[in-house]
Amino acid sequence: MTPSLWHRIDLLARQLTPSMLTLILVIISVVPIRILNFSTVVPLLPLMSVYHWAIFRPRLLPAYAVFLIGILQDILTGSPIGVNSFVFLLVYGAVLSQKRFFTGKSFFILWLGFSLIAAGASGLNWLAVSILNVSVVEFHTAVFQYLLTLGFFPAVAWVFLCWQRTFLRLD
Amino acid sequence: MKRSSQSAHRLFQPIRGLSQRFAYISLVVSAVGLMVLGKIDVLMMDSFRAQVTDAVAPVLDALSRPAESFSRAVVQVRQLSHLREENARLRQNDARLMQWQTAARNLEAENKILRDLLNFKPGPDPSFITARIIADTGGAFAHSLIINAGARDGVIKGQAAMTGHGLAGRVAGVGSRSARLLLITDLNSRIPVLVGDSRTRAILAGNNSDRLKLVHLPSGESVNPGDRVVTSGHGGALSPGLPVGIVTMVDENGIVVRPFVLRPRLEYIRLLDFGLDGIVKGPLPQIGHRNSKGGRVGKPKP
Repeated sequence: MTPSLWHRIDLLARQLTPSMLTLILVIISVVPIRILNFSTVVPLLPLMSVYHWAIFRPRLLPAYAVFLIGILQDILTGSPIGVNSFVFLLVYGAVLSQKRFFTGKSFFILWLGFSLIAAGASGLNWLAVSILNVSVVEFHTAVFQYLLTLGFFPAVAWVFLCWQRTFLRLD
Repeated sequence: MKRSSQSAHRLFQPIRGLSQRFAYISLVVSAVGLMVLGKIDVLMMDSFRAQVTDAVAPVLDALSRPAESFSRAVVQVRQLSHLREENARLRQNDARLMQWQTAARNLEAENKILRDLLNFKPGPDPSFITARIIADTGGAFAHSLIINAGARDGVIKGQAAMTGHGLAGRVAGVGSRSARLLLITDLNSRIPVLVGDSRTRAILAGNNSDRLKLVHLPSGESVNPGDRVVTSGHGGALSPGLPVGIVTMVDENGIVVRPFVLRPRLEYIRLLDFGLDGIVKGPLPQIGHRNSKGGRVGKPKP
């Protein structure tokens, strides 16, 4: 009885990690780090997480977790509540609908896919914020943020892949 | 047995897919609903935001400390290489500032005498709350910060957030142990200001970039590059005379103001409490004491 209970707890803990990692990335991305102008633009770390786990372990990052993580992101970054939930959910849905395209592809293809999806996400975010503020929001920062996000993607994705190979083999 | 479980599986698979799809769509719809609700009921969303921020604040507080030491170390290493030039520059600056200090002392004394002559009643002295920044949102679409002081420390919505250089922003939301600052560069920030020696009235508007714009200038008034911009105190939201920035460019596209406060350098912030009632205040005098969280930020009553 005891080993099976432990086994279950262990399995549950492992299965919670994609959601937890995404949550941690939301928090990390708002911690003030002042190197040059870094703090005014930080890469969209949670977006990478949503993209990655939607491809590899969608069952461990369910849609409601994506929704809640988006709300936390909105609250902490001060953007209108619901915007990031909306964007993350659409990214999640887009990736799931193209799952066949992504499975078994090389890392370069995944990066390319991310570049397209992140562009869509940034554009959508900009559009939503512009509509909610009833004015055209300055978008240069958003473009810069997008490029920064693309640049950071391989590093974050590598960490996720390592994590997944070590802790989430059974799925 | 096996076959029946298989057929059951085959039967339930589409239903499960359907329910998942339904759940997904309803989540997307709720996200849109939240956006709309945020526009309709700003106060409710603000208090929700404050509560969640409060819950996360201890984590952010703990995480921001090592991050701060790290960035300080980086800055120190960068400064080492410029030590000599910096020193020479500071010596020059010091000499110049000593002259200014003398001038300021003279003016202060003169001002005091003149005030006594006129029986001038100065505005209330501010009290300070110093807080550390525990989260810099870093987003491209919102310029706000989270600090580790809240209602229990006396933070009230609408207070001015200053650094040694000038005005950084205003308190936009208050939780019990954390508060959210809206920076002057945010798209939603509008501050009544006075420009230059002519003290031209205008509104300083943020646009999510690190350059601010002056709008709503009275016609016929002229503004020149180099003019200082200070808060005017109109509307009772901020106290008058807080330094904000300097006019850098005047052309047909508008008047650009560079703020004195640089966002990446922000570490600590000083909140000024002048005993002003904040931006949104009911026209009726409030009867009895209400707590600072809900009472002073109420919607104007019809």
